[in-house]
Amino acid sequence: MTWSEVLDLLNVGFQETAWMVAVSTLLTAVGGLLVGVLLVLTDKAGMLPAPPVNAVLGLIVNIGRSLPFIILLVAVIPFTRLLVGTTIGTDAAIVPLTIGAIPFFARIVESALREVPPDVVAAATAMGATRRQIVGKVLLREAMPALVAGLTITVIALVGYSAMAGVVGGGGLGDLAIRYGYQRFETEVMIATVVALVVFVQLVQMLGDLLVRRLSHR
Amino acid sequence: MIEISGLRKTYRSKAGDVVAVDGVDLTVGEGEVFGVLGRSGAGKSTLLRCVNMLERPDAGTVSVDGVELTGLRRKRLRLARHTIGMIHQHFALLSSRTVAGNVAFALEVTGVPRAERRTRVAELLDLVGLTERAEAYPAQLSGGQKQRVGIARALAARPKVLLSDEATSALDPETTESILRLLLDLNRRLGLTILLITHEMTVVKRICTSAAVMRDGRFVESGRVADLLRQPGSELARDLFPFEAPESVPGATVVDVTVSGEDADTPIIAELARRFDTDVRILGGTVETLAATRAGRWRLALPGGPEENRDALEYLRTLGARVGVAS
Ligand SMILES: Nc1ncnc2c1ncn2[C@@H]1O[C@H](COP(=O)(O)OP(=O)(O)OP(=O)(O)O)[C@@H](O)[C@H]1O
Ligand SMILES: [Mg+2]
Repeated sequence: MTWSEVLDLLNVGFQETAWMVAVSTLLTAVGGLLVGVLLVLTDKAGMLPAPPVNAVLGLIVNIGRSLPFIILLVAVIPFTRLLVGTTIGTDAAIVPLTIGAIPFFARIVESALREVPPDVVAAATAMGATRRQIVGKVLLREAMPALVAGLTITVIALVGYSAMAGVVGGGGLGDLAIRYGYQRFETEVMIATVVALVVFVQLVQMLGDLLVRRLSHR
Repeated sequence: MIEISGLRKTYRSKAGDVVAVDGVDLTVGEGEVFGVLGRSGAGKSTLLRCVNMLERPDAGTVSVDGVELTGLRRKRLRLARHTIGMIHQHFALLSSRTVAGNVAFALEVTGVPRAERRTRVAELLDLVGLTERAEAYPAQLSGGQKQRVGIARALAARPKVLLSDEATSALDPETTESILRLLLDLNRRLGLTILLITHEMTVVKRICTSAAVMRDGRFVESGRVADLLRQPGSELARDLFPFEAPESVPGATVVDVTVSGEDADTPIIAELARRFDTDVRILGGTVETLAATRAGRWRLALPGGPEENRDALEYLRTLGARVGVAS
């Protein structure tokens, strides 16, 4: 294989990975924030105490967290067909990626919100803030650096998960490394792909760190 | 301005119940500065948190500015809270917002329109002397400056009442003094009623007109500082004027004399020596200028037994002194 062919492969793989990770990150951010906030609110010491809801939600999140991704990938195939109309390809891979990452990020959100000092929440309550104001202007705002740091971790985990997306024909860099490097012994392709992955992860981490520094005023 | 009666609060947990507030009655008049003193765990914070319903009392009533808070629904309670400012020991500022942003937060919560917020924030920062630091983040401020932000924020909604839980406990003595001066100034200029909690005698000395001593969830002593000083066996009087002095002197009567208010200016010891021609000795004593009054406490030794000194002691009482025979 010539270098220009390798570069073409890498280019396509990179775009596929970037697409899968970008879309599933967006969906995960929304879903994870929602579930994380709900976990905090419904806690028995929370603002909308609902222990049964909390317990069920916690259980679902834990199941999601403990399932090996490869199993989840296969298990959600019917759901994927329903949602995207197909079970193979990059778009189809986004469904299990998102489902796998939401519980992961939700727990990060939950612990980030719990890190906000109770004193600060009490102060807002004493001022007569509404629950909506407390969630939006106090909890989420104060936890923002931790949330961004957590999302960075999630994005990188998604890059890792996306390597397995090849199973459903999702493509991407990870899939490239497995198909060419592992299965066909094209060592150069594998090394090039791994280097591309490292660079990708490195960029994500740097961007995340930069944002956290910008946001943090502690 | 604040009326509390029969207040009770029990914390329930698996480890057992803790009765934090066990039947407290308290009235704080308009423009008064009321201090609650007590050891750690006495229930002071719980009492304060019951005043704005951060903790729901189990029994009793709390009303602030004529509004009974215990029975209010969520929405009405939120509105009532706008009239009660609160400051905290560890400041409880939003770390993600600047000084101006923290004050603005209080205005956002009370629904002040954006256009008004800017001028109001500027006013409030001016009031607490922080105009220059408006764009700083809390992490860049000293403790005293943080507490000034806390005070500005608490005053944002023009409350009539300010609650303060150990507002100066995390500060050094000089910074404490400057914060106390600010509170006293606000009390006098805005007519702000202040209910504060402290374990520092200086706070009571400097700014409180009334005080209570709390122990195991109850008030063991409570009233105007000037009256408490005259009250025999008052813990507050003793703690306000601590001194080291012998409890007994052979051949002499040892008496504790407390004077306050205008009586503090009477030269009682000189009068005593002159009138009764007695070699009165001062064993120990202090004189203080308190927020509401000037006061002093001395331990004196009068030669001879109590009988021989009866007239002298009676004379001290007529001068307005509170006299306790120590031995
Ligand atoms: N949230 C809580 N749950 C259970 N028990 C509590 C809670 N808050 C306070 N207590 C208990 O209630 C009692 C009174 O506590 P409180 O905080 O009111 O005391 P305090 O006088 O403010 O003490 P300190 O000077 O240390 O602040 C203590 O025994 C404390 O352990
Ligand atoms: Mg306390």
